[in-house]
Parts: sequence; structure tokens; C-alpha cells
Amino acid sequence: MTDPATTPILRVDDLRVTFRGEPDVHAVRGVTYEVNQGEFLGIVGESGSGKSVSSLAVMGLLPGTAKIEGSIQFDGRELVGLDDRRYSRIRGGDIAMIFQDPLSALTPVYTIGGQITEGLKLHDKKLSDQAAQARAAELLTLVGIPNVQRNLRAFPHEFSGGMRQRAMIAIAIANDPRLIVADEPTTALDVTIQAQILDVLQKAREVTGAAVVLITHDLGVVAGNADRVAVMYAGRIVEQAPVRDLFQHPTMPYTIGLLRSMPNLTSPREERLVPLEGRPPLLTTVPTGCPFAPRCPAAIDRCLEGEPELLPVGASTQEAACIRSDEIAAGTLPRGEIFPRPETLPEAEAVVETATGNAIEITDMRKTYPLYKGAVFRRRIGEVHAVDGISFSVRSGSTLGLVGESGCGKTTTIMQILELSGAEAGTIKVADKDTAKLSKAERRTMRRDIQVVFQDPMASIDPRMRISEVIAEPLTVQNVPAAEARKKVEDLLELVGLERSFADRYPHEFSGGQRQRIGIARALVVDPKIVVLDEPVSALDVSVQAGVINLLEDLKAKLGLSYLFVAHDLAVVRHTADDVAVMYLGRIVEYGTSDQVFDRPMHPYSRALLSAVPIPDPDAEQSRDRILLEGDLPSPADRREGCNFRTRCPLYKLMPEDKQAQCREVDPHVRPVEGRDVACHHAEQIDLLTSATAA
Amino acid sequence: MLAFLARRLANYVALAFIATSFGYLLASATLKPQARFLGRNPPVSQGAIDAALDKMGVNPDVPVLIRLKDWWVDLFTHGSLGISSRGTEVLNDIVARAGTSLRLLILGSILGAIIGVAIGVYGAVRQYRAFDRSTTFVSFVILATPVFVIAVILMILATKFNDVVGHQVISFTGEYTPGKSGGFFDNLGDRLVHLLLPTITLTVTAVASYSRYQRSAMLDVLSADYIRTARSKGRTRSSAIVRHGVRVALIPMSTFFAYSFALILTGASVTELTFSWHGMGEYLINSVSNNDINAAAGTMLFTAILVMIAGTLADVLYAALDPRVRV
Amino acid sequence: MSMLSTEVEILEENVSSGSSRRPNVLRRTFSSPQAWIGLGVIAVIAAWAWIGPLFAPDPETTDPLAFSQSPSGAHWFGTNSIGQDVYAQTLVGLQKSLVIGFIAGPAATVIAGFVGALAGYVGGIWDKVVVWVIDLLLVLPAFYILVLLSPVFKDLSWLALVVGIAAFSWMIMARVIRGQTMSLRDRDFVKAARYMGVGTFTIIRRHIIPNVASLLIIDATLGVGAAILFESTLSYFGFGIHAPDVSLGTLLAAGTSAAVTRPWLFVFPAAVLVITVLATSLLGDSLRDAVDPTSGANRD
Repeated sequence: MTDPATTPILRVDDLRVTFRGEPDVHAVRGVTYEVNQGEFLGIVGESGSGKSVSSLAVMGLLPGTAKIEGSIQFDGRELVGLDDRRYSRIRGGDIAMIFQDPLSALTPVYTIGGQITEGLKLHDKKLSDQAAQARAAELLTLVGIPNVQRNLRAFPHEFSGGMRQRAMIAIAIANDPRLIVADEPTTALDVTIQAQILDVLQKAREVTGAAVVLITHDLGVVAGNADRVAVMYAGRIVEQAPVRDLFQHPTMPYTIGLLRSMPNLTSPREERLVPLEGRPPLLTTVPTGCPFAPRCPAAIDRCLEGEPELLPVGASTQEAACIRSDEIAAGTLPRGEIFPRPETLPEAEAVVETATGNAIEITDMRKTYPLYKGAVFRRRIGEVHAVDGISFSVRSGSTLGLVGESGCGKTTTIMQILELSGAEAGTIKVADKDTAKLSKAERRTMRRDIQVVFQDPMASIDPRMRISEVIAEPLTVQNVPAAEARKKVEDLLELVGLERSFADRYPHEFSGGQRQRIGIARALVVDPKIVVLDEPVSALDVSVQAGVINLLEDLKAKLGLSYLFVAHDLAVVRHTADDVAVMYLGRIVEYGTSDQVFDRPMHPYSRALLSAVPIPDPDAEQSRDRILLEGDLPSPADRREGCNFRTRCPLYKLMPEDKQAQCREVDPHVRPVEGRDVACHHAEQIDLLTSATAA
Repeated sequence: MLAFLARRLANYVALAFIATSFGYLLASATLKPQARFLGRNPPVSQGAIDAALDKMGVNPDVPVLIRLKDWWVDLFTHGSLGISSRGTEVLNDIVARAGTSLRLLILGSILGAIIGVAIGVYGAVRQYRAFDRSTTFVSFVILATPVFVIAVILMILATKFNDVVGHQVISFTGEYTPGKSGGFFDNLGDRLVHLLLPTITLTVTAVASYSRYQRSAMLDVLSADYIRTARSKGRTRSSAIVRHGVRVALIPMSTFFAYSFALILTGASVTELTFSWHGMGEYLINSVSNNDINAAAGTMLFTAILVMIAGTLADVLYAALDPRVRV
Repeated sequence: MSMLSTEVEILEENVSSGSSRRPNVLRRTFSSPQAWIGLGVIAVIAAWAWIGPLFAPDPETTDPLAFSQSPSGAHWFGTNSIGQDVYAQTLVGLQKSLVIGFIAGPAATVIAGFVGALAGYVGGIWDKVVVWVIDLLLVLPAFYILVLLSPVFKDLSWLALVVGIAAFSWMIMARVIRGQTMSLRDRDFVKAARYMGVGTFTIIRRHIIPNVASLLIIDATLGVGAAILFESTLSYFGFGIHAPDVSLGTLLAAGTSAAVTRPWLFVFPAAVLVITVLATSLLGDSLRDAVDPTSGANRD
């Protein structure tokens, strides 16, 4: 063994992974990187980049159809070709892994405590049950899971997503590993929970001294946590650098494009996003030239002649796989020129006059659901107040963003609006008509005026219908003749940036971004005035999101549309919405213009939410206020007296006793504070939070 | 949770009640007990016919719903299922025969489940290899073969075997050799020999169907994330599959067991009939040939109760295996 | 779904021009030899059942020179105790069994599709009633019910038996279709159609049925075999097809008593029965693999 201080704990050298099949898929094509002891490496890439495959290769957990070549050295020891038994001794002991979806990653039939002690006993056969239990309890406390004795005996399905991921971290660090590989550990979690989990991960790293490899698609997460970053594209690393260098002076066009296409909480709100056209190449054939060249505005003929190697840029530790990276670093090829920001649509093209008044107006709306428990033995154990008395309006021609985490009621709200049959309580008005009072014929006519775009383009389009049928479906309800429908379909395909000839193809022939454009075309085919968008870009890759967001903005200006935009991604909402309403547990906690709410949030939840959103700027990330919410979302079936955010409210903790009593006893209603509506008794004291955390 | 198992049980009891009533009504509609008395020489008087039918409670002149009510009342107050067309107490008949059927049924189900699960699991783990391909093909062939064909083929083979050996090693007609002398162990041995072929018949059918289902449940589990997590903790692949996979893959089997029970029951009846055992299957067939409504209704009750027990066992098993349903 | 499978799937999705989508289900089914064998054997057997008798001796005619003869050149499957040609009889029985199978199997599927889709989509009280009725019908073994009904069938034509078989074979598939429909109902593209204002029946027709069509086709294929098995078991014990009609079941019943000493009376009709049902199983299984490679165990 070589000197432990200087040997990298992990050294991956020219790793290649090919999946045998008809045809072979070259998922990883020569990946080389090192991780030093205690270092935090972030591997960033979009779907199909090979980032997950390479991490599973390090763990030796790829399926049998995978052929692995190259070298993976852990602490000087070669892992490629190691048999399962020997590998098993390293896994869970020296190298641990944290997976993306903790619900499916934990065995449903064993207790949390049991799954932790299993890991302990596998690596220390002599460990007694008692000692194992004690250690498991210690670990649960370390990762911040309360009620340790009770929760050791709990089953995974009894935990929330955040708690499950904490349990997974506990399992991973049980045997003090020297390397932790975390594969998209927070992707499935809400943003405030994500912040908590990243915090736990950092803590775990401190306690064990382990090196961490974090794989993610979210550049913001990497900016705040990693020491070094590697960007993967089409199965290879295309840029590798210390974190500041990567964000401040990226030298590979893909990285540059990625950074410029992401909406960012710190950049100017109206700044247009830079779209990346096209999609990553199929990995069934080994590319002959640079795999990014077809999408790269800076590509020259030489780019197609051979794949660029990952080489140092100048004299720094930064490496890039681009033959023009030196030019970019030197400044002779300005980044702004490679990916220029598109022009906003000039005012002249914004043709249609928008109506005045409100497109949608909600007043004191409520919706409750009965709650059943158990899959086989169902019984009713209470009610969920999914929407608990909310009011807002979407002004004609503007966009209202409805934000909140899972369980806040935003999806229920829009579904109630779309039913066009009034609400359980309160009123819903669409285009100034009360939807509760519509006759069947009126409802049918109103369907022309309001349409919806769903989140998952794969799920929202019937896979068995041709695109022309998909887009024309709303027209069938309005009894439009076939020839006219066909023409409209083709016009719309062009409007959303697709070829007219695509009309006869099937959905599976298109990429995610293209399918979402088809969904948008379908929503617009009846010339609606109002479009409800339910997380329209969440399911898309980052580089594709920008194109769709820009399209939505252009269409809104051109056609004079009003948007009700539901999302959990705050950066996207800030970019697209004129007004914002923040929801928590079925209530609106803050409601105002985008500028007001994002520049200076007044409700403690809005503050916490915004502070939890990762910003793709390492300096900003390091220097910002972090307001971490404690614990999990309370059960929506419980009815509480007083403010329902109280249990997690950071401001509540700072208040004196008499003010706390007010939070406990009196339910805060929405009231105007600094020009917007806030549901908090003590909103004026919100700045206490910053001074408290800065201290 | 006990409360909910109790609620499920109550549901089954209600279903059993309605199913049995339905069976009674059906039997009353299609069977004609008076047929026995017709065409006789000298002809039997209508009064005598009525009296005989009344004694059994099957007189078609009495409205069928009244007869149904009386039948249930009789069961709960006197513990009697009425008189069969040969004058015996139906309940006694059933008790005598139930043992026969149950022996076969229980043995076949248990062996079938254990062997079927084992084959299904192993086949899934070594998918598409020799064991899996051969067991899959054999299962298909067995599932494509009616139970009675399997029984008869076994009989043919056993006879040929006996001929080759020169001596009746395997007897298969009936439950035991009638009039056999000898002590307890001799008789036991004789019964076991007679049990051999029928058990093989029923077990083989059960194994084929359970193994297919278990294989597919196991395949679902093999691609699950928690298997990978178990490996990432340090378990070898086979250890992860056994400890984490099999346990979870058994969960759907409990519901399958409940649904397939009726089919196993049919299979057992067919097996009984082919091997000339005097069990419930034969009882039902005879009741139809004899136009014996009470016997038929009694058989339906027996069946409904068995299904009810099977369903409850399946529920208990499911709750024991899957913590997610324990409220 | 696991991260790795998502990533590999995305890679594979980019690669192939489609997964389990309409034009490709047939292609994937018939890429395996098993499907071809299944379909081929069914076609051959069906042809044989109707064309074969043209070249075979008359099944009723007795041959006084050949009582209980084992298979020979003149009588390929041998003869029975009164000299009738077993081969010819097998073909006649096969015809009846096939007809019953091809009608009862798909009929059960149609019922299952209709009831299941309606219950799954409409929900509410209709759903509860349907589920309850299905549970009730599953409690009593279909075999027993049909045995009880047999005196009625005796007086009617064999079509009544077909109806009876279909009436007790649809329950399990209806539950599966119901489960699929319920999950389809929550899928975004059905919600999208609802919010467009498309009517309930149109949604079922346009979106639900085509997406459960593959399940229905598989069930119909397997149902043919299942119906044949059911009928033969009933007929074997005298509760299905009655004289003068002949089916494989009645033939097997006739051949059982002598099966030990004159196996050809039993083995040949049995083999024909098994091969027929096996062929439908192989074809159905290939279809199932093509539509859903994971072939989930518990679609409920």
C-alpha cells in the first residue's frame, strides 16, 4: 500500500461500460477521475449521460448484461473483475451508497432498526444484538431522526420521504465508510427537505471523514456542497474543475450552455433563458467526432474529426474536452457569443389585446378528502383538508405562479378549477363566470377557453394515438370538421417549433421536450384564453427546460394568454410569473407580485423556502442565509389550533412568550404587509430571522 | 388489526351464507326429487310422494324461499342438514366423507405450495437457464392437461410398473384395500400406498400453477431497488435475494392462494372421482344423479365454509407477511 | 423504478423505435419461436379437425374385423370395442371441443372487458356491486355450479354449455381489467381528455379499451384453452356434452375403463387435447411477454 496521505481514495481510469443487447449500448466511454481522501466530488449530467452507470460500476452493482473495462482502484486496490464475495466485504464497509428513491430502496418488510443492524452485523460478525441496537440508535440520533426507540421498530412505509433518506444515510455511515457514493439522493424530495438532507450528508461526512461522490443533475446542489465538479455528457467527462472555477469560468460549451439555460434566483428576473437545441446522441454507436458538436454553436469542422480528450486548460487544474477550450479560457471566444441570450419578443409582435379583468378568480375555496389507511383493509380515519380556504386571482394576460411543496394543495386547487363545477366551499370564477352555476352546454363552451398542460409528457399523451389525433382531440369535443382540424394541427405544430410532417408519427418517436411541446400544442388548438400548467417543465432535462419556458413566454405574449402556473421549482416560477402565491398545508401564506415575494419574502415559510433553493453559484451559496426548517410536514389530516406552520416556524422560536401564545391560539388570516398579502401575525419582525442566522 | 381481520371474516361469512343459499336455490331449481317416484310400477300415490318429499323438505309445492329458510333454521336449531334421498342424515354423510376429501386436499395444497414456491423462486433467480426452461415447459404441459388425464396416465404407468415388477406394488383404486386384515401399521401402509397416486396428481397440478405465479412475483422482486441496497450493505447477491427477495415475493402468493383455492378444490374432487374415493366430489355427483337437493345443498355449504377458511388463512398470512397493511 | 433501470431505459428508448406500442407488439410477439409454434400448431390442428375427416373413415361405422385393435395402418389410432375408428372419432370430438373453446373463451373475455372497464372507470356504487358479485361467483367452484346445472343442459343444445362455461370464466380477468382501468383513469392522458370535455363513453372507447386491448387479447387466447379444459372435465364425468354429441371429453370418458389394457383409446385423444391447449398457452404467453416483459404478478 502506498502512502495513505497522498493516494486518492478512489481512482477511476478509462472506465468503459457497455450493455450487451441488440444493439449494444455504450453507456460509459472512458471516464477518468480521482477522489482524494475526505474530498467532495460532484458529478453532474443529464439523463443518458452515464453518471449513474459509472457510480454503480464503482460499487460493483451493475447487472449481468454489463461489460466493464478499465480500472477502478479503491485505496490502491483494483475492483474491476473482483468476485461478488470479495466485493461484498468492501460494500457497506469501506464504500457505502445512498440511492435516489428511499421508498423503493428500503425493504418494505423489515424494520428500520433491523436494516441498520443488518449492515452492522455483516461487517462485524462478533457484534452482539445489544451492541448493534445501541449503535443503530446512535446513528438515528446522528442523522436527526427523533423518537429513536419507537423508530427503530418502525417500517419504511411509516416514514416520510425525508426521514427515509435520513435512515438510508444512517445505513450508509453505519460502518464508518471511507467513501460514500450518493446517487441523486435528493431528487425525489421537496426543496426544504432537500436542504435538510444535504445538511445531514455534510454532517455524515464530518463524522466519518469519508470522501463523497454526489451524482446529480442539479448544478445548484453541487455549487453549495462540492469541492470539485465533473460534468458528464454522452458517457464521458467533458469538464472537470474545482467548484469555483467551473461556475465562474467554464471552458466547455456544454457546461456554458447548461449554466446559461438554468433560471437562477440571483440573475435578473427578466433575463431570457438560453435554450440548448437538440438532444444527447444515441449511445449505440461510438461517436466519431465530439458528441456535443451537433448541438454546439461553437463547433468547427475540426470538431467532427475525432473525440476531444479531456485535457488541462492552460496551467490550471481545470480540464475540458473541447478543442476550443483554450480560446474560451483566454477570452478570444467569449462565452456570451457561443450562447447568446435570445431577444425578448418585441412589443410589436405581441399582437392580441388582452381582456381586462381577471381570467380566474378564486374566493375562499375549500376541498377536503376522506382519508383511508391500509392497502387491503381500508378504513376511514379522518379527513384531509387539502385546500383550506384560499383566495387569489389570475389577471388577464399575466402569469400567476402557485408554489409550494408536496402536500400543499396546489395540484388539488387546479384540479378543482379544471372540473368547472364549482368548489366544495367558496367560489371559482373563470372568465368572470361562476363555475358552480354553469349548465352542461355552458361548461362545454367554456372548455374552449381554459386548457391544461400536464407535468409528465410521457404520461399525458395516449401512447396509442398519432400526434395528429392527440392534438386534435379537444377539437372533437367542439365538433370541428376533420379537414379544418387537420389544418389547425399542422399550424400548431409549427407554432410550437415542430415540423408539420410530425403529425402522422407516434408519441414514442419523440423526445421528452418535443412531447411537452405537443402537449402545449394540444392545449392551444382550441384557442383558449387561459392555460393551466401543472409543473410543465419538471419532468424535463435542464437543458431542455429553457426552450420550453421560452416558448411558453413567447406564446403568452403572441396570443395574449393568461397562465396559472403550478411548480415547485422556485427559480422557474420567479422567471416566468408576474404574481406569486406561496402555499403551505392548503393555505396561502404569502401572495404578491414576483418582485415583492422573491426579493423580500415576508412570511417565514417563504423565507425558508427561498433559502433552501440551491443557487448555481458557489460564492452565493456559501455566503447566503440558511434557514433550515426542522422536522417534517405535519399530517394534513390533523386540525391544529392557531397557525399551522407554528410547529416548524423558525420565527416562532425567536418570539417572546406572549407573541408565541398568539401563534398557538389564533389562526392567522391573510393581511396586507408591505404591499402584498401575508398570513403571519409577526411578519413585520421577519428580519429577526436573518440577524439570528447571521450571528 | 384483529378488528379488521374480524371484519374480513364477517364478510366471508356473509358471502358463504349467500353462496350456500344460492347453491340451495340452484339445486332446487334444477333437481327433481320427485323423479324417483315416477314411472314406478305400481305407481306411487301423490300423497305418498308429497309425504316423502316433505320429510326431506324438498316438496316443490312449498315456495322455494320458505324451504330455504326452513333449511337454515333446521341447521341452526337442530344442527341438521336434512335427510338425503336415501334416508340418511346429510350431515353424517358429509362428516364421513369430509375427512377423505380434506386429507387429499390439505396434503396436495401444502405440498403444492411448498414445492411450487421453491421451484418458482429458483427458476426466477436462474431465469432462462436450464432449470427454468425445463420447469417452465413442464408446467405449461401440466397446466394444459386436465386433472383426470394426469390421473389416468399415472394409473396406466402404475399398472405397467406393477406388471414389470410382477406384483401389485402400487394400488390406487379407492382409499384402502377393502377387507384387508392386519395391524395398525399394515393398514396405515396400505392407506399410504393408495394415497400415493392421487396425491401426486393433485400436487403436480398445484405445483405447476403455484410455480408459475411465484416465478413471476419473484421476477418482479429481483429487479427491485431494495435488493441492490442489501447488496450495497455487503450482502452477496444470493444472500440478498434470499433474505430480502423471497420474503417480499411471498406476499402476493397469499392472495393467489385464496383465489386459486376453488380451483384446487375442483382438482381434488376430480382426482377423488377418478380414483374412486368416497369423498365430497363423489357426493356431489351422486346428489345430482339422485336428484338429492339436501345433499347438493350440504355440499355447497361444505364448500363455502372451506373457501371461507382458505380466504381467512390467506388474509392472516398476508397481514403476517406484509407490515404495510397492518393498520 | 430504480435509477439504473431508468437510465438504461432512457438509453434503450432512444435506441429502439418503441417499446410496447401498437405496431411493435405483434413484431415482438413473433420474434420468439414460441409464438410461432403456438400459432402454427393451433392453425394445423384447426385445419386437421375439419379437413382431416374428409380423408378419414366414418366415425360411426364399425369394422367387424377389428375390435379393440391397437393402432395399425388401417386404423391409425386403433379401434374401440365395437370396431369404430378412434382416429375419426378423435377428429369429431376435436371439432366440438375446438368450437366450444373458440366461442366460450373469447365470450368470457368480452364480458370481462366490458364489466371490468365499466366498474373500473365509473367507480362508486357500481364498482362495489361488481366486485361483490365477482367475489360471490368466485366463492363457489364453477365446476360444482355447472354440475348442478347439468340437468338443465341435458335438455338444451350444447350451446347452453358454452354459455355456462363463459358465464363462469370471466371473473378473474374482470378484476384484472378493473385494476388496469383504475390506474389508467388516473393517468394524465385520461385526465387530459376529461378536462377537454370528452364524454365518459368516448373516453372508455378511445383511451381505455385500446390500452387494455393487449390484456384482452392475451386473455382470449388463453381462454380458448381454459374453456376446452373446462368442457372436457365436465364431459368426462357426464355433465357437459351429452350423447349423441361427441367431444374429446366424452371420448376420454369412454376410453378410461379400458385405459390400462388398451391405452390407445385414451392416450391419443388425451394427447390431442393437451397439444391443443398447450399451443394456446404458448401463444398467449408469448403475447404476454411482448406486451409486458415484466409480466407482473399482481395486476390488481
